[in-house]
Amino acid sequence: MPQLFPHSANSSVRVSLVILVTVVAALAWVGVSYQYGPYTTRQGQTREQPVPFSHAHHVGGLGLDCRYCHTSVEGSSFAGIPPTKTCMNCHAQIWSGSSMLAPVRDSFRTGESIRWTKVHDLPDFVYFQHDIHIAKGVGCQSCHGDVDRMPLMYQAKSLQMRWCLDCHRAPEKYLRPKDQIFNTEYTYPANQLALGRQLIQQYHVRSPQDITSCSTCHH
Amino acid sequence: MYNQPKYVPMRPSTFFRDGRSERPAVPGTVARDELNDNDAVYQGRVGGSLVDTLPVPLTPELLARGRERYNIFCAPCHARVGDGNGMIVQRGFSRPPTFHQDRLRNAPVGHFFDVITHGWGAMPDYAAQVPVADRWAIVAYIRALQLSQHAPASLVPADHQADLNQPLRLPATEFGKAAPHGVDYPKEVQP
Ligand code: HEC
Ligand code: HEC
Ligand code: HEC
Ligand code: HEC
Ligand code: HEC
Ligand code: HEC
Repeated sequence: MPQLFPHSANSSVRVSLVILVTVVAALAWVGVSYQYGPYTTRQGQTREQPVPFSHAHHVGGLGLDCRYCHTSVEGSSFAGIPPTKTCMNCHAQIWSGSSMLAPVRDSFRTGESIRWTKVHDLPDFVYFQHDIHIAKGVGCQSCHGDVDRMPLMYQAKSLQMRWCLDCHRAPEKYLRPKDQIFNTEYTYPANQLALGRQLIQQYHVRSPQDITSCSTCHH
Repeated sequence: MYNQPKYVPMRPSTFFRDGRSERPAVPGTVARDELNDNDAVYQGRVGGSLVDTLPVPLTPELLARGRERYNIFCAPCHARVGDGNGMIVQRGFSRPPTFHQDRLRNAPVGHFFDVITHGWGAMPDYAAQVPVADRWAIVAYIRALQLSQHAPASLVPADHQADLNQPLRLPATEFGKAAPHGVDYPKEVQP
């Protein structure tokens, strides 16, 4: 009886096995990058805005404090986007003829809101509050990155669940003294872990078990 | 599930004509605990004239709060020392008067409250950004700021009187580097 397979079949089986493994691995890689990458999370992407507002100029350049504009960040879940009046405090006089600021002046005149495009957007089934994080020593920078160097706002972190959990499991890696929350140039000391543990005591931060339980963020 | 059909802060509405889901209170509404009938505290006035004494208790916490809020909301124009040469003024905003002049040292505290609440000439009002309790904290701090630049030598404790004639010293590290963001050294001590 003649052989059913030619001799070369041995190598084609090997080659196709290699190809199969490669294709599966490549698909897995594509899947993971899709799931965790900027295409899904929109990390690092700027959005089209009605006015090209620059945190780099206003915070980095002029030294304005976050709370001058985001007034409710310490006392409520929501940081707040400033109303047009806040811009007009200065822009009634500064760059008052600039076409870039025309939408601000129009809004002030007509009373119609400026429609900023949301940059950070958690799904509605996640419960998030600013005030508790500020009260327990988490700086704006830990979650929003180097805002003072952003000519246009973008989302610096993935905002995925595992990112939240990375900190909730070990907050000592990120906590800072409360008077440094708004400091955009804070650098962590060499003994961060020791300082972090001390701040956990001092600010009565709850245990990782408590703040990683599903009902903390989903209820 | 990602965007549920409910209102969260700042989510637009298609129902109301102005597109806002947050509704302004109907004119004349008085919320619980917001009767605000103490004119001295809420208007800075009693019987139409400006109050001359702080209508809230003066505590170290009030002053600390006042310093923090002053540095956030007022220092951009009035500068941390209160001389009126803040960053926004350096970029072209009208220059406010210095707080360190007799007219403002003698002005009643109610005047400062009134300026924050209603604005003054070229200065916008800060009623929406600074709640009433913080306005009084800021007023108390401005008084401290004024005293800091106008204190008689007799206020210095006896055992430090001799220091008054020493030349001004800053920590060595402060010399030779630019002022950090938002810090204005008074002119005399500029490194
Ligand atoms: C002069 C006013 C002003 C100051 C000061 C300011 N912001 Fe903003 N911020 C805005 C405005 C206006 C927007 C909306 C437009 C945009 O997204 O760029 C915004 C947007 C943001 C957003 C994104 C909001 C979204 O859509 O998800 C973050 C985060 C933020 N600011 C953080 C900060 C931090 C942190 C500071 C202090 C270091 C700060 N801001 C200081 C005015 C200000
Ligand atoms: C405390 C004063 C102040 C406030 C409040 C403020 N600005 Fe400005 N803004 C300035 C100054 C000063 C400049 C000029 C920038 C410079 O010289 O670096 C400027 C510049 C700008 C420019 C020109 C482009 C640029 O970035 O240089 C835009 C656009 C702008 N501001 C938008 C806004 C908007 C929108 C708001 C309200 C959310 C706002 N500003 C609130 C002081 C202010
Ligand atoms: C623990 C992380 C964390 C910290 C700390 C934090 N933020 Fe946020 N911030 C977020 C998240 C997450 C969102 C998106 C919230 C949403 O979509 O519901 C957000 C949204 C915002 C927005 C958009 C408006 C809003 O409230 O949704 C602004 C403005 C903002 N943050 C400013 C600040 C400022 C200023 C600080 C520092 C005082 C700060 N944030 C500290 C995580 C953080
Ligand atoms: C850099 C650290 C850090 C990050 C990132 C962070 N958190 Fe937190 N979170 C904390 C700390 C610290 C607490 C305070 C725990 C306590 O109450 O003692 C906290 C508390 C909370 C609480 C409890 C509030 C309450 O009243 O029970 C919620 C909800 C929460 N975080 C949601 C989130 C979500 C959602 C994210 C991601 C979008 C997130 N956090 C990211 C540090 C962080
Ligand atoms: C610290 C806050 C936090 C805790 C604790 C937490 N989650 Fe989440 N969860 C999130 C955030 C934020 C998202 C949204 C992630 C995103 O948009 O990519 C999320 C999303 C999810 C989703 C939807 C995933 C998707 O892609 O649609 C599920 C399911 C979920 N969480 C289950 C859980 C379970 C089960 C637990 C307890 C073991 C838990 N979560 C604990 C913050 C948290
Ligand atoms: C955007 C710049 C700006 C900011 C911010 C600002 N001011 Fe002013 N302020 C001015 C200017 C300009 C004047 C002078 C107005 C005039 O005489 O037309 C002034 C004047 C004053 C006066 C003097 C009134 C008089 O009798 O001459 C007081 C008091 C005052 N401001 C208090 C404050 C306080 C308190 C804050 C913080 C809550 C503040 N200002 C924030 C610009 C500012």
